[in-house]
Amino acid sequence: MSKLLDVRDLHVSFTTYNGEVKAVRGVNFYVNKGETVAIVGESGCGKSVTSQTIMRLIPQPPGIIRHGEIHFADRDLVKVSDKQMEKIRGSELAMIFQDPMTSLNPTMTVGRQITESLIKHQKLGSSKARQKAIELLRMVGIPSPESRAKQYPHQFSGGMRQRAMIAIALSCRPKLLIADEPTTALDVTIQAQIIDLMKRLQEKFGTSIILITHDLGVVADIADRVVVMYAGIVVETGTLHEVFFNPHHPYTWGLMASMPRLDLHHEQELLPISGSPPDLISPPKGCPFAARCRHAMKVCTEYMPEMTDLSSTHQVACWLEHPMAPKANKHTGRNGGEADE
Amino acid sequence: MDMIKYTLTRLGYMIVTLWIIVTATFFLMHSLPGTPLQNEEKLPPLIRDQIMETYGLNDPLPVQYMNFLGRLVQGDLGKSLTYDGRSVTEMLLEGFQASSFIGMQALVFGVVVGLFLGVAAALRHGGLLDNIATIVAVAGVSIPSFVMAGLLSYWVGVKWQLLPTALWGTYEHTILPSLSLSFFVIAQMSRYIRTEMVEVLDQDYMKTAKAKGLGRQAIIFRHALRNALIPAVTVLGPLAVNIITGSLVVETIFAIPGIGEFFVQSIQVNDYTLIMGVTIFYAVLILVTIFVVDILYGIIDPRIRLAGARE
Amino acid sequence: MSEKNMKSLTPEMFEFVGMNESAGEEMARERVGFWKDAVRRFRTNWGAMIGLFIILIIGFFAFAGPLMNGYDYESQNIAIQNMEPFEDHYFGTDSFGRDLWQRTWNGAQVSLQIAFLAALFDLLIGVTVGSVSGYFGGRVDMVLQRIVEILYSIPNLIIIILMLLIFEPGIIPIALALSITGWVPMARVVRAQILKLKSQEYVLAARTLGAGHRHILTRHLIPNVMGPIIIAVTFAIPSAIFFEAFLSFIGLGIRPPLASLGSLVFDGSKFLQIYPYQLFYPATVLCLIMLAFNLLGDGLRDALDPRMRK
Repeated sequence: MSKLLDVRDLHVSFTTYNGEVKAVRGVNFYVNKGETVAIVGESGCGKSVTSQTIMRLIPQPPGIIRHGEIHFADRDLVKVSDKQMEKIRGSELAMIFQDPMTSLNPTMTVGRQITESLIKHQKLGSSKARQKAIELLRMVGIPSPESRAKQYPHQFSGGMRQRAMIAIALSCRPKLLIADEPTTALDVTIQAQIIDLMKRLQEKFGTSIILITHDLGVVADIADRVVVMYAGIVVETGTLHEVFFNPHHPYTWGLMASMPRLDLHHEQELLPISGSPPDLISPPKGCPFAARCRHAMKVCTEYMPEMTDLSSTHQVACWLEHPMAPKANKHTGRNGGEADE
Repeated sequence: MDMIKYTLTRLGYMIVTLWIIVTATFFLMHSLPGTPLQNEEKLPPLIRDQIMETYGLNDPLPVQYMNFLGRLVQGDLGKSLTYDGRSVTEMLLEGFQASSFIGMQALVFGVVVGLFLGVAAALRHGGLLDNIATIVAVAGVSIPSFVMAGLLSYWVGVKWQLLPTALWGTYEHTILPSLSLSFFVIAQMSRYIRTEMVEVLDQDYMKTAKAKGLGRQAIIFRHALRNALIPAVTVLGPLAVNIITGSLVVETIFAIPGIGEFFVQSIQVNDYTLIMGVTIFYAVLILVTIFVVDILYGIIDPRIRLAGARE
Repeated sequence: MSEKNMKSLTPEMFEFVGMNESAGEEMARERVGFWKDAVRRFRTNWGAMIGLFIILIIGFFAFAGPLMNGYDYESQNIAIQNMEPFEDHYFGTDSFGRDLWQRTWNGAQVSLQIAFLAALFDLLIGVTVGSVSGYFGGRVDMVLQRIVEILYSIPNLIIIILMLLIFEPGIIPIALALSITGWVPMARVVRAQILKLKSQEYVLAARTLGAGHRHILTRHLIPNVMGPIIIAVTFAIPSAIFFEAFLSFIGLGIRPPLASLGSLVFDGSKFLQIYPYQLFYPATVLCLIMLAFNLLGDGLRDALDPRMRK
């Protein structure tokens, strides 16, 4: 499989009133053709900043891409000109956002919002574009698309708006779709429908998807590989199976333990991760998770752990993988909880 | 359908308000101390009675009120007690030509300039134009139109002798009055548009538009400006009202034969029918302006058009 | 990370130290109270500080200015009609030979008195109506809201003029006439805020503890509406000054020999072509006051309600 997107050592900062917030601090990951990669982590871990940097949607200033490369279809998106980027956005790269209520222009018909990118990128005439828009609305499962296309976003329900957003995003058959928390603002039943729709369309078009979320249920449902981010760095990455069934980073253990699971007993407590992420204006020099980690060692606060290969697809950045680390405690994360009872 | 209902409700409210104003004006005028003829004490009682008779001033108040309402519906505001008994309606229509020209010119000029300034300020957030817009906005609301009129007429008219400072006749006569009135409009409009633009530029759908790969121009004109302009329509009402108010005074300063001039005159000589006429005329003008702006807003904003009503 | 670092690693470094319990708390930034934060924001706002400074200066002159030369605002002196500033007639004299320095600062005093009185009336009526209407709701609210709606739709200019045709123009009548419509925006602001606040937990808590309506209104609700009230009062002042000046122009303002800034500007504009200074001095003071209160209002709005920056 060839890499469609390859992000290398990406550093992104924001200058604020209080100082420079180092939101993304050396992120590496890749996305293969036709694959779904989920980026998970709690709010403020840099997952949204990473995705918006790929789209070059970070407002500059205050945002700055300090360092790194984003290879996408033979180009480095960090280096291409604004004009070129406009051509890539919406045609090869598309994005859908968290809140479908606010992501659509309230004073423009839904149909028009879809035809806009068709006219821009595929140079369609307006009547052709309108036909295509209706087709797209039908494809994303909006009933009576002819009349719906003439309506305004506020006449759509939340789920339908997100479907319309997907129609806009997929209108030019992008190679990569970035979905930034696409289901967070929706009802649970609608969430499942939207995820199903994304899966169906992915199969149909072979689009790669980057799914940004903190909902591990959604991840389990759709992702091929998982990237776990914490405080602006990638702490663990692997296939869905590797990360869910053989997690190696204590933070990933924590995430797994805080997820409700149907296959466990009712008595199984949900374990929250106590504490809060570090201040990214002056990030700790060692592992950023050390302060909240049950297994923290002296070394953790001193040095940043290096990525360790566990398999060709599974990597983790944790000192517990070091040969000198005490081995016995490796799996006490999830099991530790049980042992306490 | 909803839109029609909304319009009718608003129209109903407007008519009730108007009726209250008319009634209040009428009874207030008739409860005032002194009579319209007090300036002419020397009139022989016979002539005096005759005049009272002609104007119906001897009838009981309710009868006068009903007569007044009846004539009002037909657009007859009675006869002026001064100005040789001219028809008030006629005088108003005549004065309105000058007043409306100056007012409209001020409104259009102010809105256009304010719009450009506001948009430019928002796009160059923190830049030179933004600072200019901020200064204009504060100065514009702090310098009343009558002071502006004084300054313009002294510098442009007297010192530099560029434009006439008084009277009426040619287009040049309209420039200074309109300019003095438009300053406030420029200030308010630019400030409002700037705030709206800054807010709109921050909205999620701007990101969507950008993610579609639209160019800067398309994003600003098709997405941002439209959404910023729609709410700006709501300030048109208050701005028009401000111009109407200001014109009263500015007309006096530039000696323009408009309604404002008549009004100030009528107050000074206790010409009750004229005062009443002008008051009612202004009330209608202001209410209709606000009504039209509200309906216009409903028509251009799809959210309101379909919801039927605001709030 | 490099080989060098790796070499410096020793087995001791791999001892467990466990969670750093205090780490979570360290993160929480120092909490700043609402008013303290507002004061900080206000003090860094140069516009507001300039506004405050101008108000202090003009306030000083409005009261101390008349003591600075030996004249008064009403004595006429035919010998010195329409004189440009000379000797201790710092602002010159008007067409009756009255000292303009005296008249300007007296006028400023009168204008400020009218403005503050009007703002005070607005405050009293607006806060009462707004809070009663918002707090009790139901039929009371219905009736009050209809009144507000009608008053809001009647052009204030018309009401003010009608009122002044009946009352003899003076400081108090003008202030009253201004507040007949002036309280409406205040009432709307207060009502909206109270409606929002009254359903919040702390009010419910107070009620559960048996607090009476008056206690809840005066102790819990109104203090939390202070921000918007202060802002509304600040903007009511320049608006009152403007309307007072406006009334002078249509002959319904302060009666001579007493003067207000508005009547001085009006008198000045009559002889503008020949004696421009008679307009400029009072007009400058008038504009400065309006400017200062507008700047102050903007600054307060930014400081007290960062969300309401419209």
